[in-house]
Amino acid sequence: MISLKGFIRRFLSDPVAIAAGFVLLLLILMAVLAPLIAPQNPYDLMQLDIMDSEMPPVWREGGDPRFLLGTDAQGRGVLSTIMYGTGISLMIGIGAVIVQGVLGTTLGLIAGYKGGWIDAFLMRLADIQMSLSTLMIAIIVLAIFQAGFDANTYADYAIIMLIFIIGIAEWPKFARTVRSSVLGEKNKEYVDAARVIGLPARKIMVTHILPNTLTPVLVISTIQVAEAIMTEAALSFLGLGMPTDRPSLGSLIRSGFEFIFSGSWWITLYPAIVLVVLILALNLLGDWLRDVLNPKLRRGDD
Amino acid sequence: MHIIAFLIRRAVQAVIVMFVISLIGFSIQDNLGDPLRELVGQSVSEEVRNEMRQEMGLNDPFLVQYSRFIGKAVQGDLGTSYFFKRPALDVIMDKFPATFELVLGAVFIFLSLSIPAGIYCAIHRDSWLTRIIMSFSILGISIPVFLTAIGMVWLFGVELGWLPAFGRGQTVELPWGWDTGFLTWEGIRHLILPSIALSSIMLPLFIRLIRAEMMEAMGTDYVRFARAKGLPERRVRYVHAFRNTLLPVVTVGGLMVGTLIAYTILTETVFQWPGMGFMFLEAVNRVDTPLIIAYIIVVGLIFVVVNTLVDFLYTLINPMVKLPGAKA
Repeated sequence: MISLKGFIRRFLSDPVAIAAGFVLLLLILMAVLAPLIAPQNPYDLMQLDIMDSEMPPVWREGGDPRFLLGTDAQGRGVLSTIMYGTGISLMIGIGAVIVQGVLGTTLGLIAGYKGGWIDAFLMRLADIQMSLSTLMIAIIVLAIFQAGFDANTYADYAIIMLIFIIGIAEWPKFARTVRSSVLGEKNKEYVDAARVIGLPARKIMVTHILPNTLTPVLVISTIQVAEAIMTEAALSFLGLGMPTDRPSLGSLIRSGFEFIFSGSWWITLYPAIVLVVLILALNLLGDWLRDVLNPKLRRGDD
Repeated sequence: MHIIAFLIRRAVQAVIVMFVISLIGFSIQDNLGDPLRELVGQSVSEEVRNEMRQEMGLNDPFLVQYSRFIGKAVQGDLGTSYFFKRPALDVIMDKFPATFELVLGAVFIFLSLSIPAGIYCAIHRDSWLTRIIMSFSILGISIPVFLTAIGMVWLFGVELGWLPAFGRGQTVELPWGWDTGFLTWEGIRHLILPSIALSSIMLPLFIRLIRAEMMEAMGTDYVRFARAKGLPERRVRYVHAFRNTLLPVVTVGGLMVGTLIAYTILTETVFQWPGMGFMFLEAVNRVDTPLIIAYIIVVGLIFVVVNTLVDFLYTLINPMVKLPGAKA
């Protein structure tokens, strides 16, 4: 581990990290402040006018100064939907990683500390789940939900469901990381000492071992947020994620895709750029964090 | 003996996975929509309904119903699609060739690109081409596949108009009922964009993997020894070193099967490719429960079979590998 001061110094000496951090901060601010700064509220049907639909960006012929990046088929300003959509994508990405982190860390701690059949069972489960792939599990579960509930119920619970499905599907990554650090820690003297003075297993796991496994958890979290946002975008693009009236970046791309053939490329292009920039910034920050905090940890077989 | 113990273990795992999948399939069978309503509509009286429920065995205990479901499934009867009014398995088998040929095209592209590129990058570490390939592969990891696909549709299909961007084109039916697009020029032209798009998930990952493994192999003692013996450099590189990169490639390839199936759904959606994945999403929108169940079961079966084969292949390539669970 390095000190906070050293950490900040490393950050300020790396132009890539500064750029990625700056872009990420900008996107987060844009998403959080969307209700205040967006030129239009895309959820408010009163503000939408079908006459405004499919307008090109303002610098093209036929553009309207009210809509900087043009409008989509429902007359929503592309810039405003991107601002709100980035927020939804970030919320799902961060929420899913919190679920993954809590679930994965708990199960990883138990598997590593207890060992034996619990460990064998959990790791076998993790293997099978990983090879089924997150996206496949999520597609099937969401397909069943969507077929089972009517569209309105589905739309109400879409965010929560996406958070939990992506969270539960990805727990093995955290569990494996935590388990391997626990295996490294559990035979050290301080753990033996804690055991000798008769502390219960739960207390040893939580107050003694857990703090020493948190660095790698922090490192993979950043990259996992990027992965979760990518998964959510793919699901929404398939029509299994966020509904088009509360769009994430993925559902914006989905609703724009139909209009690529008629030449309205801006409905797809701008959300796509924001999505790629967001993922790239998170990935670059994640890679940087890994190099600084734990040079031995490599981004493995994902 | 190890091989047998290993095969039994694999078989047990395969059975467990299929059991869970069949349970999921069975439990959604009656809960998604009402099978009676699909059959007779709303107009039938409650009494007749109850009689029919009894007759169809919908009131039987869980285990009886489940074993009936499994019995039928084993014989290939996965129900009748509500939309197509045909056995669900037949519908899927009609769509299977399209998906299979798409995957074949993608695998062909990514093998013929990733192996030479990976080897090249490992041998010429500092050349400008290596830098280009490596930065392309880092960028490739950050761009979601459906965006690559959309970009290709827009650029080559709409703007430049070089290649068709949707559908399969003209297909030829082979004697055993397999619709192939490989035999017509149009069919192959239609295959190009979707298979490049599908291969683009695997490509960056495999280039990096082959490069890393090859670099490691080039530094080992037996490669140095082979050189010291005076073997020609070509032989050292492609026989001694490259062989040893195959193992990890096969392992990771096996782990990617699930991902690959998931991405066929995405690719088929973007390119309107008439395969199983596209059909599955349509079935979800139509709440065509038997077709949804049939797709899940068929995909589960493909997954289990391919995974078992990959594991088996692994033991064939490397007889030294200690099989999991076998005593040394």
